[in-house]
Amino acid sequence: MSQSEQSAMFERILQRYEPVIGLEVHTHLKTASKLFSPAPVEYGRDPNHDVHPIDIGLPGVLPVLNERVVDLAIRLGLATHSTVNLRSVFSRKNYFYPDLPKGYQISQYEEPIVSDGWLEIDHSGGATSADAEGARARQRVGITRAHLEEDAGKSVHDSAVAGSDDTRIDLNRAGVPLLEIVSEPDLRSAEAASAYLKTLRQLLRSIEVSDADMEKGQFRCDANVSLRKRGQTEFGVRTEIKNLNSFANVEGAIRAEIIRQSELLDDGIEVVQATMHFDADRGRTSVMRLKENADDYRYFDDPDLIPLLISKDRIEVIRSEMPELPDEKRARFESQYALSSKDAGLLVAQGGVADFFEATAQNCASSKTAFNWIARDLTKELNEQSIEVEASLCKPEDLAALIGLVESGRLTARNARDLLTDLVSGGGDPEALMAERGLEAVSDSSLIEGFVDEVIASNEAAVESVKGGDDKPLNFLMGKVMQATQGKASPGEVRTRLIEKIRGE
Amino acid sequence: MMDTLEEQRAGLDLGEVSARELVERALGRAEGIGAELNAVVGVRAEAALVEAEASDARRREGSVLSPLDGTPVLLKDNIVMEGEPTTCASKILDGYHSPYDATAVERLREAGAIVVGRTNMDEFAMGSSTEHSVFGPSRNPWDRSRSCGGSSGGSAAAVSAGVTGYALGSDTGGSVRQPGSFCGVVGMKPTYGRISRFGLVAFASSLDQIGPFTRSARECAWVLEALSGHDPRDSTSLPEPAWSGGAELDESISGIRIGVPREYFQGEGLSADVSEPVHESLADLESAGAELVEIDLPHTEHVVSTYYLIATAEASSNLARYDGARFGRRAAGVDNVDEMYRRSRSEGFGPEVKRRILLGTYVLSAGYYDAYYKKAQQVRTLVRQDFDRAFERCDVVAGPTYPQVAFPIGEKVDDPMRLYLGDVYTVSANLAGLPGISLPCGEASGLPVGLQLMAPALDEKTLLNVASGFQGRTDHHLRRPGGVGESE
Repeated sequence: MSQSEQSAMFERILQRYEPVIGLEVHTHLKTASKLFSPAPVEYGRDPNHDVHPIDIGLPGVLPVLNERVVDLAIRLGLATHSTVNLRSVFSRKNYFYPDLPKGYQISQYEEPIVSDGWLEIDHSGGATSADAEGARARQRVGITRAHLEEDAGKSVHDSAVAGSDDTRIDLNRAGVPLLEIVSEPDLRSAEAASAYLKTLRQLLRSIEVSDADMEKGQFRCDANVSLRKRGQTEFGVRTEIKNLNSFANVEGAIRAEIIRQSELLDDGIEVVQATMHFDADRGRTSVMRLKENADDYRYFDDPDLIPLLISKDRIEVIRSEMPELPDEKRARFESQYALSSKDAGLLVAQGGVADFFEATAQNCASSKTAFNWIARDLTKELNEQSIEVEASLCKPEDLAALIGLVESGRLTARNARDLLTDLVSGGGDPEALMAERGLEAVSDSSLIEGFVDEVIASNEAAVESVKGGDDKPLNFLMGKVMQATQGKASPGEVRTRLIEKIRGE
Repeated sequence: MMDTLEEQRAGLDLGEVSARELVERALGRAEGIGAELNAVVGVRAEAALVEAEASDARRREGSVLSPLDGTPVLLKDNIVMEGEPTTCASKILDGYHSPYDATAVERLREAGAIVVGRTNMDEFAMGSSTEHSVFGPSRNPWDRSRSCGGSSGGSAAAVSAGVTGYALGSDTGGSVRQPGSFCGVVGMKPTYGRISRFGLVAFASSLDQIGPFTRSARECAWVLEALSGHDPRDSTSLPEPAWSGGAELDESISGIRIGVPREYFQGEGLSADVSEPVHESLADLESAGAELVEIDLPHTEHVVSTYYLIATAEASSNLARYDGARFGRRAAGVDNVDEMYRRSRSEGFGPEVKRRILLGTYVLSAGYYDAYYKKAQQVRTLVRQDFDRAFERCDVVAGPTYPQVAFPIGEKVDDPMRLYLGDVYTVSANLAGLPGISLPCGEASGLPVGLQLMAPALDEKTLLNVASGFQGRTDHHLRRPGGVGESE
């Protein structure tokens, strides 16, 4: 099936069925040590390097809650307009797996730390969308709950070990604090699901609750998907697709599952509640385990831990220390810097870039000009050189100075762009760099006139055409003059002079 | 004779004996009578002698750490010590050595006490007879054909036979008090959270508590002073400083209201062997000025079932970590992970542990949780309330520790239900988190009988005061089993 046939088929499915999607996100909390042990949380260490007897579940050990995670969970609660529960309880989720050291995972079950909130998402997908302003749809997605739990270790099925089909266990990740954030089944498309995840990830990063680096497994997603006939109010039977570790996989998996379920429903077959696996290479979901065969986790309150009690004062202290939320920042950018909602959203979607913009705009006459330089030129340079904005050697004050040189006519925009390339990778003072390279614009009119005269004299044919009303050769003549001035003249001025001289206007 | 903690402490203070001599003697008795009774399952000789010499050096310099400095002590084999084996009397922990010290061990070290060995127990502290042990049953020093009680039977037998002046056990449903009563020594379970559980291998976390065996309540107080106090590594440890009431014990009983639960003396479970000495002891206390108050503990008939539901549920989860994957014993020649679990656990655990894991797993299962576990938690609250109400009318509750004297080894090993029912007097203190103590209070057919006292949470002072007052007026605790050898 061709791409267009596929999307036409998908459109037809969506005409018949409405997808209902809820997401469960597991995000690693940004802490120095683990949830219940003093072992450090690091990434990329040798296997079993960051392991304390508590993480191995050695006989006699007891968990002690890392209070830092409580603060971070409260932050997430406040940022999602949720209730921060003054009492929450840690439970044991019992199951056997070699990388689960105690034979149970400590999690929160009936009484989570955070519940009943919402997150506003932008359906146009944020940063890369070229949609017109009006096409943007904002939606509140309910947050059912967010609870604390410990991560498991990793089983490494290492066939690379000579002739071995052994499984090795790395417990560095065992006990790393996770916040599981569960959404309401409010999402209605793969794109909306993806937008929700992007918004949530950006939020987690901006409030410094998690680095949410998907490649490091710090931000993982399970998707619950069901279909119902258009117009039907009750939900269909849902399946849960496990371990989606990229935005592309989330979208791909949800689409694949929508197709799979619709085919069953079309044939009059009921969807069976199950846990699904997504094969990204084949773009298909398949049943991993039926619900009826699911483990009985035998949850009960962990008798090694006392209920987590949070004082209202503690919540207020954290509220007072909350960094600006992305939505608040977007609104502020719109009013303070007179940016469109879309432009403000574009900046806010890239945390570091928004900060860079603010610092630049404060040293620029026009914040819109600063925006244009950052959104277009700086972003392009950073992408081409694969540099994060924080790592750029061109600092906001340098960019502001560069823009200032252009605005005052001392540097052409084109030369400024060339300078920017070097500033990003090598840094330096824009004005000094301009002087060093002899790029200062020629503002001396008589000098420009001299070059204009020379070019007119030596390009008769083109001059005649221009005289006859054809503008095309004008660019050619302009190029000649610019070449003669080594690009240092203002193109606008050169054009004006040429027209003056040739047409006598 | 220098086999009580009090005598040893005096001997050290007076320079009549050195720590080295005490440790040598304890090691000798551990390998002699201790092994004969199968009470001691491992000794720690070399390190203990080095520590003894360090203690003697401290004493010469006048920098004694505590009243326990230089005194030998034994650990139940479920309290971990750095570099030493911990077996919990289970095959599944064969070869396991702990890389860290339990808080209780750390505090013993800080007090200058010297751990000389590890004692036998029911596997993972599950049992009341020390018969369910990979090492085989321990024997009662008073009659070697009889059980020393359990699960901390090895510690009780060792103190009774004078291997050391004191030993540590753990009490989840009576596992210190009941063997104390069987072996004629003092066994105490402090308030839940009084002594850190960090490094005590968990059986049932909400019930487990480390407790001492000694000869006298006064000695119990010294051990409690050394071991108690908040531990940041145990979230359930009480936010209290170390208990320090030992010096204030004045043995005054006059005016103390002693609650006697009607339910403890009803029915046919209680043997005359036990009820007679207990009644005589209550009469002794009354004649010393105590007031006996009849009280009701209406949920007594439900405490055993409540206890076994909660304890097994927690145990089924606590013992999941023994899977052969990371430490301990893994079954040989397994091909896949499920087989590793199945065979390691089938081969590694004994029948009583398996029985309780199965029961606990069932209790927590979907569909049964509400009927069993949740209901048991509700009854637990009612039991607590029974005691809250009782303590409005009395200062301590008194009664038998166990319905009978030490039973013959093998008599109940195939009848777990009957064995469980014997825990009726002891499990309430665990369910309600209260301190309890068992004191020798007489003999029947040459076997010791235990009197149990319980006090409100945190009121170890009243508990130990009444206990030491009783001991000041009676000599039951001075009696020794015959045939355990004299001190060299």
